[in-house]
Amino acid sequence: MERKIILENIEVKGIRSLEVYRQNGGYQSIEKALKTMTPDEVVAEVKTSGLRGRGGAGFPTGMKWSFIDKKSGNPRYLICNADESEPGTFKDRYLLEHIPHRLIEGMICAAYALGANKAYIYVRGEFKYIIGILNEALKETYKAGLLGKDILGSGYDLDIHVHSGAGAYICGEETALLESLEGKRGNPRLKPPFPAIKGLYGCPTVVNNVETLSNIGWIVNNGGETYSKIGIGRSTGTKLISACGNINNPGVYEIELGLPVEEFIYSDKYCGGVKGGKELKAVIPGGSSVPILPKNLILKTIEGQPRLMSYESLSEGGFVSGSMLGSGGFIVFDEDACIVRNTYNFSRFYHHESCGQCSPCREGTSWMESVLHRIENGEGKMKDIDLLVSIASKIEGNTICPLGDAAAWPVSAAIRHFRSEFEFHVEHPDVVKNIKHGKLPIEAPQI
Amino acid sequence: MSEKQFKHKLYVKKNIEVSFTASTLEKIKTIISHYPEGQQKSALIPVLHIAQEELGGSLNVDIMDYVAGLLNITPIEVYEVATFYTQFYIDPVGKYVIEVCHTGPCALCGGEDILSYLEEKLNIKVGETTEDHLFSLKAVECLGACGSAPVMQVNTEYHEFLDIEKIDEIIAKLRSERELKKPEELTWKERLS
Repeated sequence: MERKIILENIEVKGIRSLEVYRQNGGYQSIEKALKTMTPDEVVAEVKTSGLRGRGGAGFPTGMKWSFIDKKSGNPRYLICNADESEPGTFKDRYLLEHIPHRLIEGMICAAYALGANKAYIYVRGEFKYIIGILNEALKETYKAGLLGKDILGSGYDLDIHVHSGAGAYICGEETALLESLEGKRGNPRLKPPFPAIKGLYGCPTVVNNVETLSNIGWIVNNGGETYSKIGIGRSTGTKLISACGNINNPGVYEIELGLPVEEFIYSDKYCGGVKGGKELKAVIPGGSSVPILPKNLILKTIEGQPRLMSYESLSEGGFVSGSMLGSGGFIVFDEDACIVRNTYNFSRFYHHESCGQCSPCREGTSWMESVLHRIENGEGKMKDIDLLVSIASKIEGNTICPLGDAAAWPVSAAIRHFRSEFEFHVEHPDVVKNIKHGKLPIEAPQI
Repeated sequence: MSEKQFKHKLYVKKNIEVSFTASTLEKIKTIISHYPEGQQKSALIPVLHIAQEELGGSLNVDIMDYVAGLLNITPIEVYEVATFYTQFYIDPVGKYVIEVCHTGPCALCGGEDILSYLEEKLNIKVGETTEDHLFSLKAVECLGACGSAPVMQVNTEYHEFLDIEKIDEIIAKLRSERELKKPEELTWKERLS
């Protein structure tokens, strides 16, 4: 069943403006929340809804909110994480570009629930035009009395400002984002203390993804109970999936969690099948950080059950035969894609983006990159493959932030599922030297 | 300290007079007011963006020291931020900085071919600037537009679903604009070089 929550009305002409957005039912949740509900009631609704963080980790949002320290007497902050830079993910950009008021509406409700009087939207520096769109939208909202002092006569004050990053993937990690917002290098902080206790300027802070916050308005309007009935099991609600790679219809799709992966890939409503009528080879279902899965494991779990688009189903089988929903960056590889080349590519990405704070990540990512580079160029040795597995296992879990894990997982998963391709590169240096993303004369592994 | 360290580009101060216009200073004041009292350092990244945009496309020690003075922080606090984030350029760049994405999804859809085509077309390698100071070519990591791959960014503008014809068109357009108006930025850069 098709259901729209976040992308509802996104096709309406002029929805970017406050006027049209309000004509289509926008900002009703503000009146409801500010006039008829206490902040704790809003938190309770979000808890009931079962909404989980849409940035990648999938942590229950209501729970995150309930951790915020309300006793310290320090000002509280709400931060919207719009530093979308995970390769394969471009859903937040789509939302911000087309329907910025949905985010602002959600942020007002969220800030009210948290008792925050100041909120920031941290946008990645490359999205300069989006900063313009957001500032324009905020200006309209202030003018309409939905932001600023005494919103709608409720006595509640809130200011939202847009802050721009400057091109650092690591600033998508919440504590690195806070450092960056304080005008420093994006070096993640040690947790605990968690941001809910000591965040921005040492004050209680909640950092939420754009998509997460865009859900809040709907939840306040329709109740957490209604929201929790959408989706499947503990994966409630809908999720934006940004599909890209070798498919016919790349784009952003809102799906109800629980949709079969097979339907998502082959239905004309979504990806529309693999481009050029080629065979599907592999999929990375949740942004570049999550393990890659070969065709047989992405369509069905190891037990033969159909794989569904949900937090639980995609991670079924652990990392041995499963992956993660992550941020919803769905990257599809056709039969001609070279997995070694792609793994090298992602390793280079993580090497470039490592902040350099923790030795395992700083040294490990560059080491993996150079080993993969030599395998890709036909200069690798057989023992290099095990060396990669060993480096990856030594980075994983030994760093302050999850970037280390994110760098390790794609490498170990690629070797786990496509080891024969790595071996082929070592054994046939002359062949691989001449191939870019070309098809290798070997079969995808069968499990 | 070894002599080599003194030669690092961050140590080369040219003592050029740097200043923002009154309207820019006003804009910066508004940005600082977005943050709580005493937290004016938060405005550093936005202010560096403005500095880079208005003072010739890249940063140098003189500009960074000036920004440090404006925000009442030490110069090293500016240097460490300016060198951390990829969008700040310490080396001089051309009028148009072409940044081609070559991460995973873009590479799958031909991003690397776009990059080598541009190298050939502009007759420079990645990381270099054309002799007329018009184009700098950079290979960057994910621009967050994987659905419209391959993608590149020229200064702040995104160009998506690229192919050879589209690139030819974009480069021709940028070239002709230069002939129409002489960029003031070039005079600034000439002063620096």
